Amino acid sequence: MAYDIAVIGGGPAGLSAAVQARQRNKSVVVISGDDRDGPIYKTERIDNYLGLPQIRGPELLERFRKHADSMGVERKTGRALNIMQMNGAFYISIGSDMAQAGAVVLAPGVARGVKYPGEAEHLGAGVSYCATCDGMLYRGRDVVVVGRSSEAPEEANFLQEIGCRVTYVAPREPEGLHGGIPFVKGVRIEVLGEKAVTGVRADGRELSCAGVFILRAAIAPTDLLPGLALRDGYVAVDRDMAASIPGVFAAGDCTGLPLQISKAVGEGLVAGHRAAEYLDKHK
Amino acid sequence: MATLHFNKEGFDKAISAGGITMVDFWASWCGPCKMLAPVIDDLAGRYEGKAVIGKVNVDDEQALAGEYGVMSIPTVIFFKGGREIDRKVGVMPADAYTAILDANL
Repeated sequence: MAYDIAVIGGGPAGLSAAVQARQRNKSVVVISGDDRDGPIYKTERIDNYLGLPQIRGPELLERFRKHADSMGVERKTGRALNIMQMNGAFYISIGSDMAQAGAVVLAPGVARGVKYPGEAEHLGAGVSYCATCDGMLYRGRDVVVVGRSSEAPEEANFLQEIGCRVTYVAPREPEGLHGGIPFVKGVRIEVLGEKAVTGVRADGRELSCAGVFILRAAIAPTDLLPGLALRDGYVAVDRDMAASIPGVFAAGDCTGLPLQISKAVGEGLVAGHRAAEYLDKHK
Repeated sequence: MATLHFNKEGFDKAISAGGITMVDFWASWCGPCKMLAPVIDDLAGRYEGKAVIGKVNVDDEQALAGEYGVMSIPTVIFFKGGREIDRKVGVMPADAYTAILDANL
């Protein structure tokens, strides 16, 4: 499906960008994971959002969401895995799905590219970020799911259903995990193996496996878009919220401090406007 | 020329032919594979007569995927003289593939 603008992230920055772009009559899709992974959802009370003192985080998010829905913003649930640019369009893969857009707004929140020891070396050699893509290749074998998002238990269940022998590793035991999937508490993770993955070390305990699915809430922008410039670890943007790649804009926590809702909403507005203008100029 | 779709037999024939062969291991359940498909098709047209470019559906050809250690899709493997000379895992821009093709024509 082709849209004018694809927004990566369904928090305040992403939804603000989406609403502004809809006001400019652009078709918009917001790609985001589970709301429960967003910092706003976890905030019991917000005291510094202008005009709405003492509002609860989930309630504010729900209002943002409804506003976006009422403007005709489309949503896709899932994790954006890659973005590729070809012939002036951006192609975004989301699990087994794909979307096409003329411009992209990155608003995934703070998603740093910090990886576990052994992770980058084994990418494609046992390390995977997509259970739906690669699960079938591990049927009948031992896999470890490193659960770092609210959707990870569902993906672990999927892997078990298609015939993988799954062990679930996370800092806390999640809800919704199928019976028969052992849970192992693990904060410090290391991927083991020479050429291919042979195991995972979780807080010192070794788990033998052929594959490890590392399921974070969001993929870091520099992994989505190789070559994207950073500044102090955040996505580098100018006053138009334009990132270093033409047609790519960024807003919210991914661009840097302060990590606040008002700032995210403001940056989202600028990014939404400028992305719409970019499309008008390049059509 | 359209992209070739290999079964085991066609695959063996293509890679043993001697010239450069580029094979995309993919599946229909994989979003990144769908994203890569137009790139592969474009290259098949651009390199017609110079390189053999095809695809293997890992769902249909599980043994082939296993034989070549495909652990994540898409994986694109390059063969010359019947031997693997390089591979690229994940979605890459077209240049990543053309660089290897051009160096081995």
